[in-house]
Amino acid sequence: MIELKNISKSFQGKEVLKNISAVFEQGKINLVIGASGHGKSVLMRSMVGLIKVDNGDILYDNRVLDFENYDELKEIRRDIGMLFQSSALFNSASVEENVEFPLKMFTKMSKEERLDRVNFCLKSVNLENANKKFPAELSGGMKKRVGIARAIALDIKYLFCDEPNSGLDPITSRVIDELILEITNNFKITTIINTHDMKTVLDIGDNIIFIYKGEKWWDGTKQQIKNPDNKELNDFINASFVL
Amino acid sequence: MFSKPEKTGVFIKRVFAEMVSVGIGSLPIVIIVSIFQGAVTTIQTAYQLITPLIPKPTIGTVVSDSTILELAPTITSLVLAGKIGSHIASEIGTMRINEEIDALEVMGINTSSFLGLPKIIAGMFMVPVLVIISIFLSELGGIVAGQLSGVLTADQFIQGARMTFKLFTLQFSLIKAFTYGFIITSVSSFHGYYTQGGALEVGESSTKAVVYSSVLILLSDYLLAELLL
Ligand SMILES: Nc1ncnc2c1ncn2[C@@H]1O[C@H](COP(=O)(O)OP(=O)(O)O)[C@@H](O)[C@H]1O
Ligand SMILES: [Mg+2]
Repeated sequence: MIELKNISKSFQGKEVLKNISAVFEQGKINLVIGASGHGKSVLMRSMVGLIKVDNGDILYDNRVLDFENYDELKEIRRDIGMLFQSSALFNSASVEENVEFPLKMFTKMSKEERLDRVNFCLKSVNLENANKKFPAELSGGMKKRVGIARAIALDIKYLFCDEPNSGLDPITSRVIDELILEITNNFKITTIINTHDMKTVLDIGDNIIFIYKGEKWWDGTKQQIKNPDNKELNDFINASFVL
Repeated sequence: MFSKPEKTGVFIKRVFAEMVSVGIGSLPIVIIVSIFQGAVTTIQTAYQLITPLIPKPTIGTVVSDSTILELAPTITSLVLAGKIGSHIASEIGTMRINEEIDALEVMGINTSSFLGLPKIIAGMFMVPVLVIISIFLSELGGIVAGQLSGVLTADQFIQGARMTFKLFTLQFSLIKAFTYGFIITSVSSFHGYYTQGGALEVGESSTKAVVYSSVLILLSDYLLAELLL
């Protein structure tokens, strides 16, 4: 479980996150939705300690994420996996080396054990026989899958995905959604996804928070979002459907 | 199961990889620049000293001394600032804009030292090696050019070079090379690491890395001369 308590963040005097409090539950898919530029990425980057918030606390199962204490921050990060919007694969390394990297850095596994684990992770994302390929040779959907495989290489407790479907076609988007759902259920992790894809919301969302101009404008469940009692959220949802 | 890091092994491998990249990667340009530099210095020195009062070996002395003391370390390093500096800045800068550095950071890796340190160590070690090669090849270029143009014989050149050779000159040259190696790799890593934006900004970081490294090389050249000579 991750808890946010009164998070605020400004860039050059412009308030991007305004007093956000939220709870992200373990074993659930927690969605952060909202239009572009409303602060979803800044919120997620703050949660993993890439951005230092101005005010508020971030708690990982009651461990405080302390920006000043790098050793503790590193401890928490050992339990975090993150899928970036750009996939953020190491371009100079093969698929196998990408997934192997965290194992090389943080475990004492032998080369064989590492390769076993790499193949297990690649199998979990339905990506076999791509071990020797380089990121430049992969499609967007494959890159995301390698990104997920790398994120789960170590035994993580928290999975962050920033717009996992951006740049993907609708069919591939569903595949990625299903994968994230499967991984969340199999490993009982706390998953947080930034998205503006309403299909994702209705397919796999458990808990949802809606961010509007840096504020938490609404939160609720998948059932509740079908009849939103909120104008901005209603507009956001209506804009997603053509039919 | 996932306890202690295997970092030292990984780190040593990265340092070696950078040494190969810095060293072998820069060898062709260093070879070309050094040979021509020695050749041209010899011919121009001869042109300026062309009076019967000055013995021929003096040309060897002048060329050799200026090569060891200034031309080999400084010119080579300025060339390397362009070659290695732009490479490092664009490599790290590209990692920054691709969010690769963020990905490393979220894994719990101290990215500035993980990315920068192997390059800096490799630079401090390999630039002196390249400068030694440069000294050797410049002298060779000078000898060959002197012989071919009939300005002075190889024996006269070597005799002149030996006349005023001091070990300290060579040591001083290597101290310079070591300093420049540090400047080039650290300045370029810094500019790459703090790239913000996109591909255009990576190019800008790369240019900044070369310009700032070059200026700092010249500045420290002056300071070292003041301090140590
Ligand atoms: N490093 C930064 N410096 C200044 N402004 C930023 C920075 N990162 C994000 N912002 C601003 O914060 C706002 C929210 O951005 P972001 O979180 O990326 O939105 P999104 O919801 O699309 O992910 C935007 O107005 C953006 O310009
Ligand atoms: Mg975003």
